Amino acid sequence: MRLGRLFSISIALVVAAMAVPARAATIEITMENLVISPAEISAKVGDTINWINKDVFAHTATAKNGDFDVTLPPKTSATSILKRAGTIDYYCRYHPNMKATLKVEH
Amino acid sequence: MFSRWSAAIAAAIFLSSSALQGAGAADKPTDPQIAHIAYTAGVIDINAAKQAQKKAKSKDVKAFAEDMLRDHEAVNKQALALVKKLNVTPEDNDTSKALSRQASEKLVELGKLNGAAFEKAYVANEVAYHKAVNSALEAQLIPSANNAELKSLLQTGLKIFQGHQQHAEHVAAGLK
Repeated sequence: MRLGRLFSISIALVVAAMAVPARAATIEITMENLVISPAEISAKVGDTINWINKDVFAHTATAKNGDFDVTLPPKTSATSILKRAGTIDYYCRYHPNMKATLKVEH
Repeated sequence: MFSRWSAAIAAAIFLSSSALQGAGAADKPTDPQIAHIAYTAGVIDINAAKQAQKKAKSKDVKAFAEDMLRDHEAVNKQALALVKKLNVTPEDNDTSKALSRQASEKLVELGKLNGAAFEKAYVANEVAYHKAVNSALEAQLIPSANNAELKSLLQTGLKIFQGHQQHAEHVAAGLK
């Protein structure tokens, strides 16, 4: 009996998992020693970017098209959710020589 | 020898980077001297930023000065931690002295200006100063550094100051 119930629960879980669309991914982008890595990365609308600043300096992730402007104090992280598709060039306002590109697809 | 390279660096920082070309490898500053020069260069920009925070009115210039203060303090904090770790005592030298003297003169000169004239002169000097420090770092200080950690800190410093130079150029463009 118990085994049968467990079995039916697991079937239900599998069916439930199939019914839910693919979960949005979380992508890590790191700033370390004044370098953004990866310098170029693809993501999908709905994905979360986890910005990680490993430096003892404050940085920003500022999109040229205005889609995001995240301030990252030293040794902190922050997240943004990608809301629309496009190729986004972004940089650090404090150190504009830190540049990278995010390709957001549907 | 010492006065030759220090004169070359001082000239590079305040006149033009081409003056560095003449300095030979034999005139290398030592690590304790390099540490002192780098730290002094940071203190100079911190003092300039403090003056700008008092005198500037423009939001962009004030924000820029705050960025300079924060970054240069962070770099110098790392520099102090490093010399402590390496048990090195930074050594005062002719380049550091020349830098400090010229910076004091600049503070007096800028102190006489107000409003937009001050802001323009401060930002223009920030562009020129970072450019000169970057040239000195690239051409002289980084190649001369013996200790790998000191070299690495100078390289990080170079990337930050190149960023500051670009940032200052953006601010300068916005003031015109």
